[in-house]
Amino acid sequence: MSRGGLWSIAASFAPLSLLMFGGANSIIPEIHRQVVEVHGWLSGDAFATLFAIAQAAPGPNILIVSLIGWQVAGLAGLLVATLAINLPHCVLAYAIGRVIAPHGNTVWVKALKDGLVPVTLGLILASGLVMGRAADHGLLSEVISGGTAVFIMLTTRNPLWMLGAGTVAGFAGGYLGAM
Amino acid sequence: VLDASGDALAAKTVRRSELFFGFLSLGLLGFGGIAPWARHVIVERRRWLSERDYAEFVSLGQVLPGSNTINASVLIGQRFHGLSGAVIAVVALMTMPLVVLVMLAVLYERFAALPEVSAGLAGAAAAAAGMVIGTALKMAWKLRPTPVASVVGVAAFAAAGIFGFALLPTIVVLVPLSVGATSLMRRR
Repeated sequence: MSRGGLWSIAASFAPLSLLMFGGANSIIPEIHRQVVEVHGWLSGDAFATLFAIAQAAPGPNILIVSLIGWQVAGLAGLLVATLAINLPHCVLAYAIGRVIAPHGNTVWVKALKDGLVPVTLGLILASGLVMGRAADHGLLSEVISGGTAVFIMLTTRNPLWMLGAGTVAGFAGGYLGAM
Repeated sequence: VLDASGDALAAKTVRRSELFFGFLSLGLLGFGGIAPWARHVIVERRRWLSERDYAEFVSLGQVLPGSNTINASVLIGQRFHGLSGAVIAVVALMTMPLVVLVMLAVLYERFAALPEVSAGLAGAAAAAAGMVIGTALKMAWKLRPTPVASVVGVAAFAAAGIFGFALLPTIVVLVPLSVGATSLMRRR
């Protein structure tokens, strides 16, 4: 990919770095909007698959952005995307860490946190909906999504079990022509 | 002087190499979310920070934008070695996951076109979406949100999930509103 392409990867992700409240899953709808709708770098299908791979891989979930960079522009794309999504918020955290005395921040941190939680939760639920739509291939995928959501709500087991079960169900469905 | 929470441990010095290898191993441990492992390694196993200091770093990491584990790594690295500590911690944390990710990406490119593989991946994608939905609903259920928080949450969900609004205006409108309203309600 050209230098212009790398620049547009950086320009798409860097601003999101500072809007990412409550972790990577709160900005998934915006990443989807940019990558699938605005730039057309990936199909909705490919996006949903990369999201699943990033969830299954070790490390922070924000690696979905690195994976998108890799898909769009290879190793250079991976590095640019990783830096763009992480560097701005790391610089901010560093600056705040230098200014704030340890233990001096509890009151405003608590106020901020309480206010951020509902926004974050709403955005994460929206992420689930956007990803569910992107991954929707008909009844079987809807059953897998719904079943996984119920499993998470009712148990405290490791969610990777459901990721594995979903893969097996998709594989079987593909074999039977239902996926 | 030791207090009950063991705060004297905070004076402990941690070498740069320890910082690097500590965070390197954390990156590899964090299958399906790194947060529980981070506490175990940093507080219990390596005893770099007291429980209380660790909680402070994590809660500050949560209110700042960005992945909270990465933010907490910046803050913890900085605490021990300033700028070089912050860089060491973050780079070490990300190294192993990025290596694994590239391997997965190569496998994906190689095999995704096979029909069986693509059906399996479609199933995984559907499950991953369900994971996110289930997690959000479970968190909302456990938090028992106030009416104000519920309205804000539904508004954020509708803006991003139903109307497909851009994130910047959504955040700029909802975050100050939510923080303000929540603080006001508490004061009364």
